[in-house]
Amino acid sequence: MTFGAILTALMALLLLGYYTGRKRSISLSDKSNQRLHSLPQHYGYLIAFWSGAPALLILLFWSVLESSVINAAIVAQLPAQLQQLSADEVELFINEIINLSYSNVAIGDDVKRHAALYYNELIEFSNWVKSTVVFILAFIGMFVALAFVKPEMKARNLVERLIRWAMIGCTSIAVLTTIGIIFSVIFESIIFFKTVNVFDFLFGTHWSPQEAIREDQVGGSGSFGALPLFVGTLLISFIALVIAVPLGLMSAIYLSEYSSSRFRLFAKPVLEILAGIPTVVYGFFAAITVAPFIRDLGESLGLSLSSESALAAGIVMGVMIIPFVSSLSDDVISAVPQSMRDGSYAMGATKSETIKQVIIPAALPGIVSGVLLAASRAIGETMIVVMAAGLSANLTFNPLEAVTTVTVQMVALLTGDQEFDSTKTLAAFALGLGLFLTTLVLNIISLYVVRKYREQYD
Amino acid sequence: MISNTKKIKNKLAKRYAKEKRFQIYGLSAIAISIAFLLSLLINISTTGFPAFQQTYINIDVDIDSKLLNLDGKYSEKALFSANYRKVVNQSLKTLFPSVNGRKQKKALRQLISKSARYQLRDFVINNPDVIDTKQSLWFLARDDVDVFMKGGIDRSLPESDRRLKNFQLAWIDKLLAENRLEKRFNINFFTQGDSREPEQAGIKGAMIGSFLTMLVTMFLSFPIGVSAAIYLEEFAPKNNRWVDIIEININNLAAVPSIVFGLLGLAVFIGFFGIPRSIPLIGGLVLTLMTLPTIIITSRAALKAVSPSIREAALGLGASRVQTTFHHVVPAAMPGILTGTIIGMAQALGETAPLLMIGMVAFIADVPQSIADPSTVLPVQIYLWSDSPERAFTERTSAAIMVLLGLLIVMNLLAVIMRRKFEKKR
Repeated sequence: MTFGAILTALMALLLLGYYTGRKRSISLSDKSNQRLHSLPQHYGYLIAFWSGAPALLILLFWSVLESSVINAAIVAQLPAQLQQLSADEVELFINEIINLSYSNVAIGDDVKRHAALYYNELIEFSNWVKSTVVFILAFIGMFVALAFVKPEMKARNLVERLIRWAMIGCTSIAVLTTIGIIFSVIFESIIFFKTVNVFDFLFGTHWSPQEAIREDQVGGSGSFGALPLFVGTLLISFIALVIAVPLGLMSAIYLSEYSSSRFRLFAKPVLEILAGIPTVVYGFFAAITVAPFIRDLGESLGLSLSSESALAAGIVMGVMIIPFVSSLSDDVISAVPQSMRDGSYAMGATKSETIKQVIIPAALPGIVSGVLLAASRAIGETMIVVMAAGLSANLTFNPLEAVTTVTVQMVALLTGDQEFDSTKTLAAFALGLGLFLTTLVLNIISLYVVRKYREQYD
Repeated sequence: MISNTKKIKNKLAKRYAKEKRFQIYGLSAIAISIAFLLSLLINISTTGFPAFQQTYINIDVDIDSKLLNLDGKYSEKALFSANYRKVVNQSLKTLFPSVNGRKQKKALRQLISKSARYQLRDFVINNPDVIDTKQSLWFLARDDVDVFMKGGIDRSLPESDRRLKNFQLAWIDKLLAENRLEKRFNINFFTQGDSREPEQAGIKGAMIGSFLTMLVTMFLSFPIGVSAAIYLEEFAPKNNRWVDIIEININNLAAVPSIVFGLLGLAVFIGFFGIPRSIPLIGGLVLTLMTLPTIIITSRAALKAVSPSIREAALGLGASRVQTTFHHVVPAAMPGILTGTIIGMAQALGETAPLLMIGMVAFIADVPQSIADPSTVLPVQIYLWSDSPERAFTERTSAAIMVLLGLLIVMNLLAVIMRRKFEKKR
C-alpha cells in the first residue's frame, strides 16, 4: 500500500473509532443505568485519538527513516570494491539503481540490475510490514481504549487536555522555526569558518567563490572576502531608503493631516498595493524597464552607466518599501493626541509648522522604528537585486556602477548543482547568518524603540 | 522702528507660502508613488498583452506514406516513429519552390515551430485514413514570425539589425497575401508546460505547481496557525515569561527575510529529513513556516476583537473553556481569521526567493501530477523566463505576471469582501 492509501484507511479507522466509542458509551450507561460523565462524542473523540495517533506517529517515522535504511541495506550487499567508493559516488550509484527499479529492469549491467531487483524487494517488504504494523497498532489502540470506557470516566477533561497539548504543540512550531533557523545557519557557518578565517570573511575585499578544480588553475581561487557584498547591500539599501523615507513620510503626513477623508479612503489602499505586488514583478520591471531607462538617461547626460547599476535596483526597491514607511508613520502620526495640535495652533503656528515642530518630534520613535523595519526589509530583499543588480563583486560606493549583494550571492551559490557540503554552499549559510543577525538586530531595536516610547502621550 | 505686529505680518506671506509648499510636497509624494504603480502596471500589461495571441501558419501537407517511411506498415508503433519532419519540410518546399541554398532552406524550416511534426504525428495517429492525402493544416509559427506579426520587428531597420532578413519578410508577405497567417487566441499558454521554444511555452505546469504548493501550505498553516493563535489568546497564562518569549519570537519571525526560510528548508527538510528537492511538498513546508507568523498575528487580532461578553455568557451557562472557545469565540472570529489566512496565502503565492533555495528553479516541462512530482511555481516561472533573451519570452513573462497579479487581486478582493461582511455583522 502506498503512503496515501494507508493514510486514507487510517482516517476511515479513525471515524470507525469515533462511532464505536460513542455507541459504546451510550450502551454502557444504558446497561448500568448510570449517567455518563461527559457527552457521548467525547468518548468518541478519545477512542478516535487512540486508534489514530500512535499509528500515525509510527507511519511518519517509518516513512522518514525508510529510504536511508533501505539504501544502507543495498550498499551492504554490493560488491566490496563498490563499497569503497566515496559517499557521493555511492549516492549517485543508488540513484541509478532507484531509477532502474522504476523503469524496466532489463537494462543496465548485472550488478545494478541485481541491486535494482533487491531494491524493489526491499520496498515491497517495507511497505507490507509498514501497513501491517500501522493497522495492528490502530486496532490495538482502539480496543484498549474501548476497554477503558466507563460511564464515570472523565472523557471531556481528557479530550480537553489533549486539545490543549495539541495547541501548545502548534505554538511551539513557531519557536522551533526560530531554533531551526539559528541552528541550521550556525552549524553550517561553523564548518565554513573552519576552512575560511572569520576575519578574512568579514573584512576581505576579494570575493570569487569559484573553487579551483585543478591545483594550478588560474583564477577561481575560492576566496571569500565578503566586504564588497556588505558594501553593495548597504549601498542599494541606502538608495532605497533615500527614495522611500521622504516619499513615505510625506505621503503619511499628507494623508493623516491634510487630505479629505474621501481622498484618504482612495489613496491609502492604492499605496498599500505597492506592498502586495510580488517582488519578482518588481525585479522584472527593474531589469526590463527602469534599468535601461536610467542607462539611457545617464548616457544623454554624458555619464557611462552599467545596465545593472545599483541605482535602478535601489530606486525600485525604494518604491517597494514606501508603504512600510507610510503606513507605520501614518499610525503613529494619527496617535499623537489632538490636544498637542490645538496647543500649537493656539500659539499661532501654521499647520506645517505644527507638523514639523510638534507632531514629528512626538511621533519620532514610531517613525524611526518604521524606517528601521523598512531597512531590514531592504537588506533582506532578494528578487529585485537578483534580477536587476549585478553578479560581480565590486567594492564601490558609486551608485552608477554594478554591485552585488548578500542575497544575490546566496542565490547564486545555492542554485547551481553542487554538493550539499561544498565550501560554496557553506558560504551561503555564512552569508545567511550575517543577514539573519543584521535583520534581527534591526527588528529588536525597532521593537524596543516602539515599546519604550509608545505610551508617552496616552 | 517697526512694531512687532508689523514684523509678524511681514513674515506672514512667507509662512503661508511655506505652508502651501509643504502641502504640495505631500501631495506630490503620493502622486509619485501612484504614478510609479501605474507605470508598472501599464508597462507590464502593454508588453504582456500580445502574448495572449499566437500566430499560426496554414500549410497544405502532402502526407505521403513514402516520405513518412512507413513501408506499408500502419501499426500505431510505426505511425509513432514515422518521419514527420520530412513531410513537413517537403510541404514547406512545395509552398516556396524557388528557395535554394542551405541557409535559405534552413531559414524556411524555421518559419514554423518544431512542434509541427508532433502535431502532425498526433493528427495522423488519430486519423490514420489521412495518409496519402493532402490536408490543409494550421501549425504554430516560430517566435520570430510571431513577434513580427505583432509588430515587434521594425521593417524599416537595416537588414543586419533585424531578426528577420529580407527574403524571410518576402515569404511572410506571400503567406499573408494567401491568407495563410492568422493570429488566434493563445490557448497553448494555458494548456502547456514550460518549453525552450517560446511559441510552445505555457504556464500550466507552473500554475498546477503553484496550486499544489498552496494546497500543502494551506492544509498545514491554517490549522497550525489558528491553533497557535487560539492558545496564545485564550489559554496561555498571562504574564508568563515563556509566553512573552514566544510572542516576541513570532513578531521577529514575521520580519525575517524570506530567503532565510529557504536556507532553513535546505538544511532541515532536504539536508536532515532527506525530502527530495523541487517538489511542491517541500515548497509548501517552507512557505508554511513563512506564513505562520502572519496567520498567527492576524488571527490573534480577530480573536481579541470578539467581545468578552460572549465568553462570559458561555462560561456562565456552564460551558468549559474549550467549549466556550470552539463553540462561540472561534466562530465569531472566523471571518477575521479567514481574512488573515487569505492575506498570508497571497503572500505565499507571490513568494520566490525561498523556493530558489530548495531547487524549484529547475527547467521542468512536464505538468506535475502530485505533491511529490518535481515542479515549479508561477513566480519562479516568471523569474526563469525573465532570464531568456528572446522577445517572445519577455512577452510571455509579462503575461504570466498579469495572470499572477490577477490571482492576487482575486484573493485580496475575497479578503476585503470578508472583512466587509464581518464588519456589518458586528
